[in-house]
Amino acid sequence: MRLGIDVGGTNTDAVILDEDDRLLAKHKTPDTDDVITGIARAVLEVVQQADVDPRDVTHAMLGTTQVTNAIIERRGLARVGILRLGAPATRAIKPLAAWPEDLREAVEGPAEILPGGVEYDGRPISTFDEAAVRRAVREMKDGVEAFAVSSVFSPVRSDDEKRAAEIIAEETADGVPVSISSEIGSIGLLERENATVLNAAVTPVARRVVGAFEGALEQLGIDAELFLSQNDGTLMSLDYALRYPILTIACGPTNSIRGAAFLSGMGDAIVVDVGGTSTDVGVLSSGFPRESAVAVEIGGVQTNFRMPDLFSLGLGGGSVVRSDGGVRIGPDSVGYALTREALCFGGTTLTMTDVAVAQGAAEIGDRERISAAGEVVEAAQERSVGMFEEAVDRVKTSAEEVPVIAVGGGSILFPDELAGVSRVHKPEHFEVANAVGAAIAQVSGTVDRVFSLADRSREDALEEARKTAFEEAVRAGAHEDSLEVVEIEEVPLAYLPGNAVRIKVKAAGRLESYQGG
Amino acid sequence: MREYIDREVLEDLAVGATMLGAGGGGDPYLGKLMARQAIGAHGPVRLIQVEELPEEGLVLPVAMMGAPTVLVEKVPNGAELKRVVDAVETRLGQRAVALMSAEAGGINSTIPIVAAAELGLPLLDADGMGRAFPEIPMCSMSVRGISATPMALSDEKGNLELIETVDNAWTERLSRTATVAMGGSSIIALYPMTARQAASSVIAGTMSRAIEIGERVRTARERGLDPLGALLETTSGRLLFRGKVADVLRRTVEGFARGTAKIEGSHEDSGHSLELEFQNEHLVALRDGEPLATVPDLISVLDADTRTPITTEGISYGQRVEVVGMPCAPIWREPEALEIVGPGYFGYPFEYSPLQEVEA
Repeated sequence: MRLGIDVGGTNTDAVILDEDDRLLAKHKTPDTDDVITGIARAVLEVVQQADVDPRDVTHAMLGTTQVTNAIIERRGLARVGILRLGAPATRAIKPLAAWPEDLREAVEGPAEILPGGVEYDGRPISTFDEAAVRRAVREMKDGVEAFAVSSVFSPVRSDDEKRAAEIIAEETADGVPVSISSEIGSIGLLERENATVLNAAVTPVARRVVGAFEGALEQLGIDAELFLSQNDGTLMSLDYALRYPILTIACGPTNSIRGAAFLSGMGDAIVVDVGGTSTDVGVLSSGFPRESAVAVEIGGVQTNFRMPDLFSLGLGGGSVVRSDGGVRIGPDSVGYALTREALCFGGTTLTMTDVAVAQGAAEIGDRERISAAGEVVEAAQERSVGMFEEAVDRVKTSAEEVPVIAVGGGSILFPDELAGVSRVHKPEHFEVANAVGAAIAQVSGTVDRVFSLADRSREDALEEARKTAFEEAVRAGAHEDSLEVVEIEEVPLAYLPGNAVRIKVKAAGRLESYQGG
Repeated sequence: MREYIDREVLEDLAVGATMLGAGGGGDPYLGKLMARQAIGAHGPVRLIQVEELPEEGLVLPVAMMGAPTVLVEKVPNGAELKRVVDAVETRLGQRAVALMSAEAGGINSTIPIVAAAELGLPLLDADGMGRAFPEIPMCSMSVRGISATPMALSDEKGNLELIETVDNAWTERLSRTATVAMGGSSIIALYPMTARQAASSVIAGTMSRAIEIGERVRTARERGLDPLGALLETTSGRLLFRGKVADVLRRTVEGFARGTAKIEGSHEDSGHSLELEFQNEHLVALRDGEPLATVPDLISVLDADTRTPITTEGISYGQRVEVVGMPCAPIWREPEALEIVGPGYFGYPFEYSPLQEVEA
């Protein structure tokens, strides 16, 4: 049996699925300050509801936006010592050049640009200077909690980064996190360096989350294999997650889109995830989220991650409705205080949830308490339909009508019919689509190496890379028949004898152990 | 006409320069960051018209040379710019009165701003291409018979090479070899000329034009209007094709990023396919095998959702795109110019036909 858990900005959700992917129980509970209590509470509830023995839970998957929120809110981040290897190249742009000032203040430690790095063909730019790195680390270490190392063309050759990481480990106390760029990003030094520094900065957050996850399950006597969800909808071990926490930043929308696909049985649709404060609209294409084609900014920082292409709007179940001079919705929300503040729960604020209740779209709270005039409710309803229609239209790729899957706790707000949409699906368990997405996530295998095309074709090299990635995925626990390539990246390395190319292939499939029953 | 380039204008310039880059010229993001750092340290750069310069004054274009994939990874040191300007000035025994962009498309729109800020020189409101092109002789100054040499190249390590050649084809050959040896990218100063020569050979107003494109696209977006419409209107361009990238094949040959992107049509183009061939920049757009637009006209690819330009190195499978064609600067339609920038030069068996005359 598998547990899927989603710790969002407002609620912690949990679901429990059996070997045949049947949902046995679900629960939603408000977040707690220490994360651990929220997880423990939600998991205990589903285990009891489903009436299963905690020892029968074999896998537990956690998807969380805690890392993302820490970056957006600039909260709980580590100060990072930054080493860039490539001098005398790259001095024209200093590290963190285009970062927002407040994020920089929270993260930036001392930075040095030192010799090292390679040319596009693997020749050294300058000789790696071990003594200089050691001196820099000694000078930095008392003022920082983590290190980020990047070097020029490390996706081609990463020896210098790795050697620098060893020196940092020698010079610092056990457990000081070191992030190296070749393991995090691809070609594009500044974007890769940005992602590496962010990764180093969020390591304390990842430790807290992973600790809470392990602690909560231990409290409940659950001894399962634990995973965290990552951006591309696949799982990573906790060890891996502690090293690359930045790879969790987009798992929220990915899980909700994958969860929506699973719950509705559809492969192509627009997925609308309505939360308490905002709504994310994404595109489900052949079972996976459509990825953004343009450089992705995280908390105002440009990175080269591949992330789901989303359109977000400030409209959710807790959005405040005002009627002074025309009806306005949000962007502010009562958030987790909905059950206290909203009119239908005896509060004094007219929210979108009240609008849905007054319109008979939902049976929660006390409808009688909603004092706002009928026309305000109607105008707010009409306005929200217009906002949803526009958002759906923005992510559509053609004028044809498309199906929409509405998920998330706030999807009671979503109308049953709207312009440009062929049909609105609100699948069963829509409110826990995120946690379901985590529970059904796949395992992956990656190959990333240089192939010579001297006496073989590109197709041949790609085929070998694909096979190796498949083998890796099977080794990680994937079921062979379910494997699919989820990512291909090619970097031609010019002028090397034999026309070399760096090929990265990632394959993903379902966990083998799901296939019982 | 704009008189200064400050940090705020850089954002619009970068967008306009990417549009004029025709898919190449390198991502101006990097050059924008360098220019921002340089303007922050030395103040805004004066943008000057050629009539304002003394007739015998030296105008010196500066640029970055090499494969865009190298540029985004191996960022320059910063000292190369002063080194190459000094070298050409010393060789000629004359100080420059203004610097210039050789190529306003892509990163070479912003590199001269870095040099101008650091050296305290004005920047001529012009360029030598009105877009981006892959080779040194593909320059309006070359068409007007101006030599690209004496030319200086330098790398981040401090290597400096001064070359003098018998013609601009040799300049291309020698400097390309040196650039490859320097690690695939170099900083160059070339086409030294007097302001009088510049008056009759440069493409005037290109910097202002790039800024205007960026500004109009931005304001259209801010007002909730269609940025594509603003782009087409500002550049007299037209929408060539809409669809999804189905395959991208890349190879780096002799210092150039070459490749082909195949786009499957959607909307009014569904059932058709477009093949885009590029050598750093887009060279030809073939619709179902037939040329729809070719060099020297500009072919740019936009992300269909955000209407931001996608460079040839950024184009990848699955992207929803709009392909736009924009007419080139008039000088490129002269017969002798077409010999060095027309489809024939790049090995295509068909003649150039100006964008407007191509039937949809």
